[in-house]
Amino acid sequence: MATVENLPSATTERPVGFGRLKRKEDARFIRGKGTYLDDIRLPGMVHGAILRSPYAHARIVSIDTSRALAHPNVAAVVTAKDLETLGLAWMPTISYDTQAVLAGDKVRFQGQEVAFVIATDAYSARDALQLIDVEYEPLPAVVNARKALDPDAPLIRDDKEGQTDNLASPTWEAGDEEATERAFAEADTIVTRDIIYPRCHPAPLETCGMIADFNAETGQLTIYNGNQAPHAHRTVYAHVAGLAEHMIRIVCNDIGGGFGNKVPVYPGYVCAIAGSIVAGAPVKWVEDRSENLMSTGFARDYVMHAEMCSKDGKITGLRVDVIADHGAFDSTAQPTKFPAGFFHICCGSYDLQASHVKVKAVYTNKAPGGVAYRCSFRITEAVYLVERMVDALALEMKVDPIELRTRSFIAPDQFPYETTTGWTYDSGNYAETMRVAMDIAGYEDLRREQAEKRARGELMGIGVSFFTEGVGAGPRKHMDILGLAMNDGADLRVHPSGKAVVSISAQTQGQGHETTFAQIVAEELGIPPEDVQVRHGDTDRSPYGLGTYGSRSTPVSGAAVAVVSRKVRDKARMIAATMLEASPEDLTWEKGRWYVKGDPEKGAMIGDIAVRAYSGEPMPEGMEGGLDAQVIYDPPNLTYPYGAYIAVVDVDPETAQVKVRRFIAVDDCGVRINPMIVDGQIHGGLAEGIGIALMEVLTFDEEGNCLNGSFMDYLIPTALECPDFELGETVTPCPHHPLGAKGVGESPNVGSPPAIVNAVIDALHESHGVTHIDMPCTPARVWAAMQGRPEPPQ
Amino acid sequence: MQTPAPFEYERATSVEGAIAALQRQGPEARIIAGGHSLLPMMKLRLANPEYLIDINDLHELSYIREDGDELRIGALTRHVELLRSDLLVERFPVFRDAEQVIADPVVRNRGTIGGSLCQADAAEDLSAVCSALKGKAVIRGAEGERVVGLDEFHIGPFMTAVGEGEMLTEVRLPLRPGAGSAHEKVERRAGDWAVAAASGAVWMEGDTITDAGVALSAVGPTTVHVSRAEEFLRGRTPSEELFAEAGEIASEDCSPLPDGRGPVDYKRHLAGVLTKRALRRATARALHQEA
Amino acid sequence: MQVTITINGETVSRDVEPRQLLVHFIRDTPGLTGTHWGCDTSNCGACVVLMDGQPIKSCTTLAAMCEGHEIRTVESLEVDGVLDPVQQGFHEKHALHCGFCTPGMLMTGRALLDENPNPTELEIRTAISGAICRCTGYKNIVAAIQWAAEQEAATRQEA
Repeated sequence: MATVENLPSATTERPVGFGRLKRKEDARFIRGKGTYLDDIRLPGMVHGAILRSPYAHARIVSIDTSRALAHPNVAAVVTAKDLETLGLAWMPTISYDTQAVLAGDKVRFQGQEVAFVIATDAYSARDALQLIDVEYEPLPAVVNARKALDPDAPLIRDDKEGQTDNLASPTWEAGDEEATERAFAEADTIVTRDIIYPRCHPAPLETCGMIADFNAETGQLTIYNGNQAPHAHRTVYAHVAGLAEHMIRIVCNDIGGGFGNKVPVYPGYVCAIAGSIVAGAPVKWVEDRSENLMSTGFARDYVMHAEMCSKDGKITGLRVDVIADHGAFDSTAQPTKFPAGFFHICCGSYDLQASHVKVKAVYTNKAPGGVAYRCSFRITEAVYLVERMVDALALEMKVDPIELRTRSFIAPDQFPYETTTGWTYDSGNYAETMRVAMDIAGYEDLRREQAEKRARGELMGIGVSFFTEGVGAGPRKHMDILGLAMNDGADLRVHPSGKAVVSISAQTQGQGHETTFAQIVAEELGIPPEDVQVRHGDTDRSPYGLGTYGSRSTPVSGAAVAVVSRKVRDKARMIAATMLEASPEDLTWEKGRWYVKGDPEKGAMIGDIAVRAYSGEPMPEGMEGGLDAQVIYDPPNLTYPYGAYIAVVDVDPETAQVKVRRFIAVDDCGVRINPMIVDGQIHGGLAEGIGIALMEVLTFDEEGNCLNGSFMDYLIPTALECPDFELGETVTPCPHHPLGAKGVGESPNVGSPPAIVNAVIDALHESHGVTHIDMPCTPARVWAAMQGRPEPPQ
Repeated sequence: MQTPAPFEYERATSVEGAIAALQRQGPEARIIAGGHSLLPMMKLRLANPEYLIDINDLHELSYIREDGDELRIGALTRHVELLRSDLLVERFPVFRDAEQVIADPVVRNRGTIGGSLCQADAAEDLSAVCSALKGKAVIRGAEGERVVGLDEFHIGPFMTAVGEGEMLTEVRLPLRPGAGSAHEKVERRAGDWAVAAASGAVWMEGDTITDAGVALSAVGPTTVHVSRAEEFLRGRTPSEELFAEAGEIASEDCSPLPDGRGPVDYKRHLAGVLTKRALRRATARALHQEA
Repeated sequence: MQVTITINGETVSRDVEPRQLLVHFIRDTPGLTGTHWGCDTSNCGACVVLMDGQPIKSCTTLAAMCEGHEIRTVESLEVDGVLDPVQQGFHEKHALHCGFCTPGMLMTGRALLDENPNPTELEIRTAISGAICRCTGYKNIVAAIQWAAEQEAATRQEA
């Protein structure tokens, strides 16, 4: 019989359940044995390459592919004309717009897809691109979002019936305009700022690509593709290509980073699929880095005009008016009823009297996108906005920025808290988290040091940001993407051996799901994580769900796995009762076994229960054999992680170079399944925040030429730009999540850019009178601000 | 990843052989050493040589040595060797300053001084270093060797005095007593090209500057040799005011272009600041006063 | 042209175009897809391998240039089922998420410790500054290399 000694023994190193478990997936990666898209070779595979437009806006007069077709290694050259016959020249986007797969009438951004070459090898495919002759008639381009709606602005989307201007999405509002007017009328202090969140790019280290393998005999389309939402993509392809959805299989093996870049369906994917159907061979298309930067889903590009007010020392109102630059096609990825994503969470962490938000989106002659790069559906923009405004207000009120925040925080007893723009925050103890950050930073000491340095002409800045964000989209009643509910499935099977397989819809791109989801099962069932296999990344073998982005894996898929594990555990209880000849109510659970209350020697380990479930021995009345369960989880709400961040910067008074000397991050993401992985996610996001705050921006000239479409000039931080991050934590469980967990992946990117920019301004305010600067804070831009000439980025 | 257009390739086994191959193959032939300037351009199809002559086996071109009153560096000497050379840091610490901020450590394992000088990107650091040190370039062709000053060597953007059928084989730097040198650079991020950089060198006798070298990267069509600042410094006693004034001359005499790294006024400003800082450090080193 | 390169101690010989880049020559060799690529401009370091013990960017090297030299890739680190301390360190310290930059970082770390067995934090950060990681924020990569350095120092002491 099972005794207490036979329970799996947990150690700190090897927890059975939550804890700092080292990752199972490391084994293949540290040996260089990951399987990324470009690692896959299939028999008979051919290679695709895309010819892209050199112009941002131009009519296509003619395309001559004869020289390319004459190349001995070229099998086919596909243009829009060919795709038209297949009905594939245009495809729907997640925002209910359409996007050209290959340009037919016009090109509408530099880098747009014009032709697709299929050749025997990648080098020949690249060579063949130079043999395609395209005649263009350049047109004036719209590059500046603020000018997109000028009466004389060239019309970009003349392909859309009834489109007479460059408005992509009409003004969307949240909050209460009248109540906000009143708040401002009653206010003691009002500040106004024009704040830009420049266009940047998630730039995962592995670029996008696909191998499409259509088998004409069986009608099966097998797709190898690193994408963050394989089931949703499959549904889209079925719709777009007129193929049977159940005959499409998408396999995502290992993905070299996503960060939202691998959420959209790209023209290259549709070309590869069409190519495979037409060529009768597997077609591999992998983009190079400049294609990635110039044509795939960029991030941000919000032009924001904001006002914030206070009364009696507390923040009371906020109003924001935003022009969103969506590029040439509206392909932003967010839930259907939220054209500005979750931007209206810009009411922030404060107990405001009122707020009002307006967002409209325009087309410009630049690549399509906008929702990406760990943005939590535009929460990066929202938090940047509100946290910059709070600092602007603090400056005007001559109040310490932490003091103003603490006075204005939503108090713990106000949760669940309904914000002025309709969010219901679940739980929070903001002041506590802020205090922990101040302690780690040694805030008072830092201010003293700053004063001493100032006296010597040294420029040191301390910047704060406090954020509340909403992740884990989302409840069926509130949101969908393309009509698909944002629910995730989980299938759990415990085998006769007592070991388990859990299949999930979440799609890792490095977040450690093979470990953390095994830990959830371990926590609920007491099966050691090494005996729990996490299955994912293959639509044939995983339950339908909406994938991984918006930090939704733990809140949604994690909840699904907890719930399905409990279903299994409940079934195990019934079986254990039969085994122990007790009634189920008399049994109690300790991790790994059910035992009779008051008689601990009389119990049944989960492994024994599994054997029983598959054996010929009697099952409980009416119960089927086996030990497995299935769940589709519909989250009741988003979850609301939050955090307090403090940045310490030094600015060289002569060269204006900014160095981030310290970065303190205290996150509250509820219960932490694997604190080691949580910390790792935060480190990564903070590095991205440094990049965005100091050096990352996609720039264009007046003709729409992208000026930095390579890693030589699109700068990403190295180890030398990142300090040794100092992390802290508070844990305020989520009341509605089965595990009390909230999700954390995007928080560090949400919270860090405003902390850094606030620090730069803090360094320069007294000495140089700087009250605002836009990102990126490159040396040249900081110097201009120090001269009294801060300029918005192009 | 982007890939180069087709070309033919041979490995040189001697300098003469390399030069003969250059002559034989004509203007579409290029020398390749580290390849970290040329190959990226070829991958982007901005450069499409039809014939590459690999000179990586020509170890006779890899050296740093003193030869009488000159320090001579072979063209094939890698950046990492320049960085680590104790001889070089003793004579001309400006090299180590510059090498620490040229590209990144992995690229420095392959890139060479010859490749950098011949690439002639105005933002390239070693060109300023060698100019400030009054260096000379040794160019060898079928007819033999000729020696040119760095000012003559750098003709314009991406253009050098190395002609068809010729290659750079050596850089010579005069050794004189009382030397101090330093390089100062501002970049947007580690490994980036300079927004601006300045190499400063002084030669001191007692507390008088008998000669000076000032050269700037990234603020002109090619390396900017600020001879007016050098004239200004000769015969003067070092002081903060002196360095600042030399910096102002440098700021006036450069001709930066605006680009993604910065606008004209900021680059001019940096030229001044970095010249001042480079001269300050160079002087401290000359006087053995640097900590 | 026929190009013959010693990779991980084995002779690999193939007929390739002169323009074939080393990274592709390696990746076309069975079992050697551990070396990755991530950019077009020699910036990202995903392609770093060792040539004669020194880290180089294999995307900016012609295969032909490597004839007569020894190339080591990430696949060479584990020997007879025993992980190199650098690999073990990455696992111990959670120094990888998606794993794409990992081979380049491992080879850079290995070469650093071969040359400088006791590097400071700044020396480690400088050594890996030619490689980009988008996932980890570098803190744990530094810790991993430090862990490996300590392990190797302890092993040397025992010996």
